[in-house]
Amino acid sequence: MLKLDALTKDFATRAVDQVCLEFAPGQVHALLGANGAGKSTLCKMIAGLIQPTHGTMVLAGKDYSPRTKRQAQRAGIQIVQQELNVLPTLNLAENLFLSDLPNRWGILNCRAMHRRASEILSEFGLGHLDPRCPASSLGVGQQQLLEIAANTWQPTQVLILDEPTAALSTPESQRLFEKIDRWRNQGVAILYISHRLAEVQTLADRISILRDGKLQGTWPRGELQQHDIVAQMTMPASPAMSASPAMPASPAKSGSPAMPASPAKPASPALCVEQLALRPKVRNVSFSLRAGEILGIAGLVGSGRTELLRAIFGADRATGGSLRLAGNVPRPSFRSPNEAVRAGLVMISEDRKADGLLLTESIAENIQLPMLDRPGLAGFGLVRAGHARRVAETYLQDLAIRCDSTDQSVGTLSGGNQQKVVLAKWLERDGNVFLLDEPTRGIDVAARERVHDVIRKLAKAGKGILLVSSDLDELVGLCDSIGVMSNGRWTARFSGPNYDTQAILQAMFAGYSEP
Amino acid sequence: MKDKAVSSNRAIRQTLATYGGLMAAIVVLAAFFGMFAKNFLTTTTLLTMANSIPDVTVVAVGMTLVLIAGGIDLSVGSVLALSACLLGWLMVDQKLPLWLASSGAIALGACCGGLNGWLSATFRIPAFIVTLGMLEIARGGAYLITDSNTKYVGSSLGWFSDPIAPWGVSASFLIAISIVLLGQWLLHQTVLGRTAVAIGTNAESVRMAGIRTTRPMVTLYAICGGLCGLAGLMQSSRLSTVDPNSGVGMELSAIAACVIGGTSLRGGHGSVIRTFFGVLVISILQTGLAQLGASDPIKRIVTGGVIILAVLLDSLRKRSAV
Repeated sequence: MLKLDALTKDFATRAVDQVCLEFAPGQVHALLGANGAGKSTLCKMIAGLIQPTHGTMVLAGKDYSPRTKRQAQRAGIQIVQQELNVLPTLNLAENLFLSDLPNRWGILNCRAMHRRASEILSEFGLGHLDPRCPASSLGVGQQQLLEIAANTWQPTQVLILDEPTAALSTPESQRLFEKIDRWRNQGVAILYISHRLAEVQTLADRISILRDGKLQGTWPRGELQQHDIVAQMTMPASPAMSASPAMPASPAKSGSPAMPASPAKPASPALCVEQLALRPKVRNVSFSLRAGEILGIAGLVGSGRTELLRAIFGADRATGGSLRLAGNVPRPSFRSPNEAVRAGLVMISEDRKADGLLLTESIAENIQLPMLDRPGLAGFGLVRAGHARRVAETYLQDLAIRCDSTDQSVGTLSGGNQQKVVLAKWLERDGNVFLLDEPTRGIDVAARERVHDVIRKLAKAGKGILLVSSDLDELVGLCDSIGVMSNGRWTARFSGPNYDTQAILQAMFAGYSEP
Repeated sequence: MKDKAVSSNRAIRQTLATYGGLMAAIVVLAAFFGMFAKNFLTTTTLLTMANSIPDVTVVAVGMTLVLIAGGIDLSVGSVLALSACLLGWLMVDQKLPLWLASSGAIALGACCGGLNGWLSATFRIPAFIVTLGMLEIARGGAYLITDSNTKYVGSSLGWFSDPIAPWGVSASFLIAISIVLLGQWLLHQTVLGRTAVAIGTNAESVRMAGIRTTRPMVTLYAICGGLCGLAGLMQSSRLSTVDPNSGVGMELSAIAACVIGGTSLRGGHGSVIRTFFGVLVISILQTGLAQLGASDPIKRIVTGGVIILAVLLDSLRKRSAV
């Protein structure tokens, strides 16, 4: 029904590489892959949200190249994305029909709308709900079902479901699977993405696996065991890949943090986390981080890695658990980032534009930002602009930040250079524990190497480093040990320098198969 | 030597880029009214104007600081009236000395402002709503203190707004100018000022940088409120009375001055000196139009048009810059 031919998408790097796939009517086709394998990019191209760099798509014998989501919908292709798009202030019926509210000359036809909404809701096991109640009164799982319903009530030929069960309870998932069976019988082609391998194996007629943007192959149901799937997602790449970044780094890496640091201070923990919880994303996580250790955290997107760091840093209030910092007594989690910074924690957040940088301010101002609150400086303390510039200039040199001057506004820098400014500001503030959330996301290879160098230097200087990354090869090349988060739980911890990447991947999926 | 010349050249160019447009607008307006209104470009008119703007200027400085930090203060006019009324009550009914009474008035203003800041920052209530509430509360308080009557405060306050002999400008005017310079300095040279700009640019980034945001916001609002108290003092001195009806609509004139000066209502961007130029533009328009014999409705229509025009030009300039 839908055929992809050599579909390719380039961002900074190639996200989807020459993928050829065919989706047949009445079949559930599962698409699997680790983080960054290109699943979401592929789906977005099919749904008209982004356009391929090259390659073509053919839908029911006709050329298909949607420029917008609306065009894709007209052609009968619907996507349910991972993020919830339900509008909480509108009622259920309005949410269902938002793209096409039944009306006459702009006046809503409420009675017809509510009747139709009740019918649709009951197909998803939500028949007991009043279509006039606001969507905010629903739980997350019900909202997810509502969203699926809103995208599927129109006649559909191809349906893309991106992690539809992530927020669903078991009975809700069962409802969805029944519905999927019905669509299958009606001849809808379903493209299904999920981290839950067990559910994929029972549901999917065919399984395709992506790795690094390339299609590894397509298998019919039952031909692959769970460990085969994980192997396909990682195997041939991992020996080669884990060797390559480690090679230039090996003298610094395997030499410094693991060997000489450990005899010097073998058992001095920089940070102990006890039973930390941030419901529902982080469930009772405990681990300890030594001074001078780089501890990587692996996990799928949405596994609670970012939330764990935010809870440690006080950016979100943890719902339970305690922390212990370098030799101190255990204390409850921090109430604000301010408390955390004062206690010697530092965090580089995932989204530098949203909560890392002041984009319209200069490089020097950004580097000084965390210093505005250092102890002993009252509100009317004077800013030393000259000093700020000189400080900034030393970082321009150290980190090779490319810019015209320290007065240049950060928003005009490239992503890699912006990230270096974020690093610079926290290096200037300094701390004992560095929490790094995807510090190399979206930056080029040279900048990445710089960031890695800085991380190694910090570890050598005795800082404890907690590094979250979606890039397993990065973690393998950099970390003294790797912890794995899966579905909000800390499922495993591996110590380096020789990692079994397959075991790590297994652990990344482990939390999802439990009930 | 040469370096110095180059750097001073650059400073001049930068000053022109920052203030040139507004200065040009002021010159053009003054020339226009000078040409068509006989008495506009006379010492008397200019001095009258200078002595009538201190209160607006001082309030607008406070407003600029709050706007830059991403807030807004709608209660300035009412807080001004409340402070003035407290001043009158302390002086006339309690027979307190002037210095004590004026300190009390300014302190009350600062408290009102601080309360605004504390409520909006701690409980995350939009500043628009908190200060709208304060607008009513302070106005009510002003009526309560004065029994809704205008109160004569006598001449002991007069020296404040009387022209100083050789120059002809009042002490109020000189104080207002100092406040403008002080405000600009605070914004650029102090931790509080830079924190304000940072919060206005991206409050979440500031929070994640481990900086407390509540305390600076409370301080900024308190400064704004204290300046309203000072403005109340200036106004009472000019009129020799305290009036619970004074300062109605002051928030809009102050915001207008800020906006004409290019301060962003979304925060993160603005300048106290440019706000002062904004005050001048409005004052020149009002005085000039009055001298041309324009009626009050016409004055309002023209002033409104100028506010929109100023913002329009600013946004066009920014679009061409990007």
